[in-house]
Amino acid sequence: MRIEAIGCEPLQLRRVHLENSRGLDVYRRNGGYEAIKKVLDGMSPDDVINEVKKSALRGRGGAGFPTGMKWSFVPKDSPKPKYVVCNADESEPGTFKDRYLMERDPHMLIEGMLIAAYALNAKTNYIYTRGEYKYLIDIMDVALEEARAAGLLGSNILGTNFSCDIHTHSGAGAYICGEETALLSSLEGLRGHPRMKPPFPAVSGLYACPTVVNNVETLTAVPDIIKMGGEAYQKLGTEKSGGTKLWSVSGHVNLPGVYELPMGYDDMEKFIFEDCGGMLDGKNLKAVIPGGSSVYIMRADQIAGKDVRMDYEGLVAAGSSVGSGGFIVMDETVDVFESTKNLTEFYKHESCGWCTPCREGTDWLVKVFKRIDSGAGRPEDAQLMLDLCDNIEGKSFCPLGDAAAWPIQSAIKRFPEDFARRLTRNGDGIS
Amino acid sequence: MSSQLTQIAPLSQPVELGVDPATFSAEVETEIDTHLSKYPVARSAILPLMFIVQRERGYLDPPGVLYLANRLKVRVTDIWEVATFYSMIHTEPIGKYHIQVCRTLSCKIRGAGQVTEHCSKKLGIKVGETTADGRFTLSEVECLGSCGTAPMLQVNFDYHENLTPEKIDQVLNALP
Repeated sequence: MRIEAIGCEPLQLRRVHLENSRGLDVYRRNGGYEAIKKVLDGMSPDDVINEVKKSALRGRGGAGFPTGMKWSFVPKDSPKPKYVVCNADESEPGTFKDRYLMERDPHMLIEGMLIAAYALNAKTNYIYTRGEYKYLIDIMDVALEEARAAGLLGSNILGTNFSCDIHTHSGAGAYICGEETALLSSLEGLRGHPRMKPPFPAVSGLYACPTVVNNVETLTAVPDIIKMGGEAYQKLGTEKSGGTKLWSVSGHVNLPGVYELPMGYDDMEKFIFEDCGGMLDGKNLKAVIPGGSSVYIMRADQIAGKDVRMDYEGLVAAGSSVGSGGFIVMDETVDVFESTKNLTEFYKHESCGWCTPCREGTDWLVKVFKRIDSGAGRPEDAQLMLDLCDNIEGKSFCPLGDAAAWPIQSAIKRFPEDFARRLTRNGDGIS
Repeated sequence: MSSQLTQIAPLSQPVELGVDPATFSAEVETEIDTHLSKYPVARSAILPLMFIVQRERGYLDPPGVLYLANRLKVRVTDIWEVATFYSMIHTEPIGKYHIQVCRTLSCKIRGAGQVTEHCSKKLGIKVGETTADGRFTLSEVECLGSCGTAPMLQVNFDYHENLTPEKIDQVLNALP
């Protein structure tokens, strides 16, 4: 597996190839904990938030919400404790970047969280990691202990009057806990059900206190933003999509891996055929899901010769979105009916059951997929599935419902041939 | 929802599970205390503590449930409702080695089906079953974040990636 920056100096991946990259010494020798020092040396919490705003950093978990704006929603005058919670629940199919950030450079996450905690006046903070990533929780615990021993965590950090602590926390196998309000329910020791917004977590989050939930990749971008300044960070990318972005590449390419690209990298075709080593076994490209399983699937002819720019605006213009950056490449051997069935089974399994459109809708969709798969597909089934999607999209309690509908809607629209050849029965002899 | 946290009161009538609560060594109790010290609300430690009970007792059995209810000062039903939500919490006995093959898209298109088939054949069990000697349980699970190193499987918490039939044999044969 390749871990490499392309088209820019490695920022988030700067240290991943160093020997013992997860150690405190290596981190400090390579620019680590300089940002928190700069912050404590004379930046106010507002200064920090302003730099993050200027950086045009957008949440890297999938929703792409501007991070600085999210931070500024936390009410300063609230007498309640504030919390920074790192979302390390990475469960979006096709996404594995946070895993390598934590595995190879855990102190970068700690420093990012320290800066966020300073900006938001949070004293106690949590890293919510998916339960399957237990080895990463162990790595983070070691790194946190190292930081504590070095006076970088706990009371009077670096000899100042800033004190804060960070704890690891384990999930236990539930995709829905990557949704920020479900994550908070889970962290409170409840079933991982999402909560009504508003109130947003910034106002009423963990234990009904002001809380910011940020993805690992978002928080690990913060030290560099502070060091180089928000404006310089933004300029690495585009006006509305600042900085660099990690892409988790999987599927039928010769060099799958984690790639750091500047936002606005031009273009997707070159990325697949040159940077990722081209298609496995020289087969033809059929489809790409560029931003994790929840985004619209793209046809090869939406990519080839189209100069698709890899940033938030560029991917929307090309007919999909950045999402989590889980970039799944599929060759001509893939049947998009099959791949969509696979993802729909995922969403059915992971639907938390809280609201009816998602719980029932994903179940019915899987039933229709299975019936078609058994050979009993009818011409009207494509419309039936679209109707089901329409009854989920925008009508579910949280975005999981939309995430289940979008792959199906785009697959039926863009790969009608993979569905049509199965939808041939006319009602007689249907099993 | 969060306001409910402070409203939950223990039932006046204890739930009868017909068992005594589990007991743990002083060492494990200390580990549990460490987890509890991280949170202002004890109930937050429910998942980390469930993992400890599973590690010590093989699965989250009724004595383990009763222990957690007492330790976290919540109702037995509060423990059950959480336990039954999360796929990594097992309320039934499970094999010593839980073989979890990722079945989701990136692994599927790189041969997850053959991995499951190979494991199934080698262990002589179907997906969802446990070997008669209680050593192995075979499951198909959803995306484990190992898409760039597909296909993969997890044995308990250990990742095994870029699998081939030979590598699967090596992994399974090496288990003590």
